[in-house]
Amino acid sequence: MRPGSLSGAFLLLLRRDLILAFRRRAEMINPLLFFILVTAMFPLGIGADPALLKAVGPGVIWVAALLAALLSLDGVFRSDFEDGSLEQFLLSAHPVSILVLAKVLAHWLITGLPLLIVAPLLAVLLNLPGTATTVLIITLALGTPVLSLIGAVGVALTVGLRKGGMILSLLVLPLYVPVLIFAANAVETAAADLPVMAHVSLLSALLVLALSLSPIATAASLRISLS
Amino acid sequence: MITRYFHQLASPPYFYRIAGRFIPWLAVAFALFALAGLYTGLVLAPADYQQGDSYRIMFIHVPAAWMSLFVYMVMAGAGAMGLIWRMKLAEVVAISSAPIGASFTFLALITGSIWGKPMWGTWWVWDARLTSELILLFLYLGVIALHNAIDDKRTAARATAILALVGVVNIPIIHYSVEWWNTLHQGPTVTKFDKPSIDVRMLIPLLLMAVAFKLYYATVVLMRSRCEILERERNTQWVKELVES
Repeated sequence: MRPGSLSGAFLLLLRRDLILAFRRRAEMINPLLFFILVTAMFPLGIGADPALLKAVGPGVIWVAALLAALLSLDGVFRSDFEDGSLEQFLLSAHPVSILVLAKVLAHWLITGLPLLIVAPLLAVLLNLPGTATTVLIITLALGTPVLSLIGAVGVALTVGLRKGGMILSLLVLPLYVPVLIFAANAVETAAADLPVMAHVSLLSALLVLALSLSPIATAASLRISLS
Repeated sequence: MITRYFHQLASPPYFYRIAGRFIPWLAVAFALFALAGLYTGLVLAPADYQQGDSYRIMFIHVPAAWMSLFVYMVMAGAGAMGLIWRMKLAEVVAISSAPIGASFTFLALITGSIWGKPMWGTWWVWDARLTSELILLFLYLGVIALHNAIDDKRTAARATAILALVGVVNIPIIHYSVEWWNTLHQGPTVTKFDKPSIDVRMLIPLLLMAVAFKLYYATVVLMRSRCEILERERNTQWVKELVES
């Protein structure tokens, strides 16, 4: 890792973002708490019948994950935009799309990965069987990075706006539909003891697609937002 | 030669004049096609053996649904042109298309809902095509909201162009994901060009209406673009002369 190299810049940026996040641990917990709380609201709202919970469980957990991702997205570029370091990234000699990827990876490690860890707990709360829990974790592992990657485009487009939050959800949520459908369906299929490879393959394809295209779109959006 | 023509067309005053000359002709053509389509569709076409007369809403519903996707493609294509070649005119066309496309999408949803009540027995089903049409409407609304939120017109145009392009990549994915998720909708009956499974007396009004909708879109997008150009160029000499004359 030479200081001026691209991989060096990538790792430095990743480390910087992780350190910044760990300095404010309370903020790290918030999306996670939100995820758990939203999921816990559903049994209170629709009744605690175990069969019903089992039927709606996959969808409920995934919608909660979607909202948690959306809520945490605003922070990806916000503080860098406010203190001007975002402009420095754009001025650097490295391709912005790679730097964006580092930031998105950091964001996912901070907000996406914890969701995987508490997901089994929620699966128990919603009465999901064991196989479905495994599939739930797999779909979250494949799906939440896609949420962060697609969301980054939306955040990059709205970062300069005063009321970016509401618009962000309008921009990003429709694009989340395929992830939601495939992931929630995979968990439902697993709960019915049917093979889920097709769903998992499709989710992986979505991840590859988002991984290759969204950093480019995010970089272009950042350039426009800061122009 | 072609590039020169391109540059000339892309100059706002020239486009403003040319568009103004085209609009009446396009509007008349739209009226003729729409009248012909409505007459053949509502009067000449036979009733459906199963759906009776209520299928006739198809002559609005299907062209509107076609247009909803077509306008999005035009918007994204024009947006890409604006991003790549920095053509102001392409930006203007892209952003003028957004509300029209949203209206077509809304129309397709409403007519589909009205058609669905007697056929499926309910105003709304979470059917694949209805759902992807609804998501398309959300995509349009997102584009419009983003454009309204950014004050600087040129930044807004470029930001919405990127959003429209991201949407274009996503539309097929959304379409197929929703398709596999749930479908109740009748299959395509016109796209099979070798032997359409639709009676030719119903096909003709449908195609007439499709052409009429295209012409309507062309008319309205030119009108909106002219308006948008005037607003953008309000500080230039030619607009001042235009207003004073």
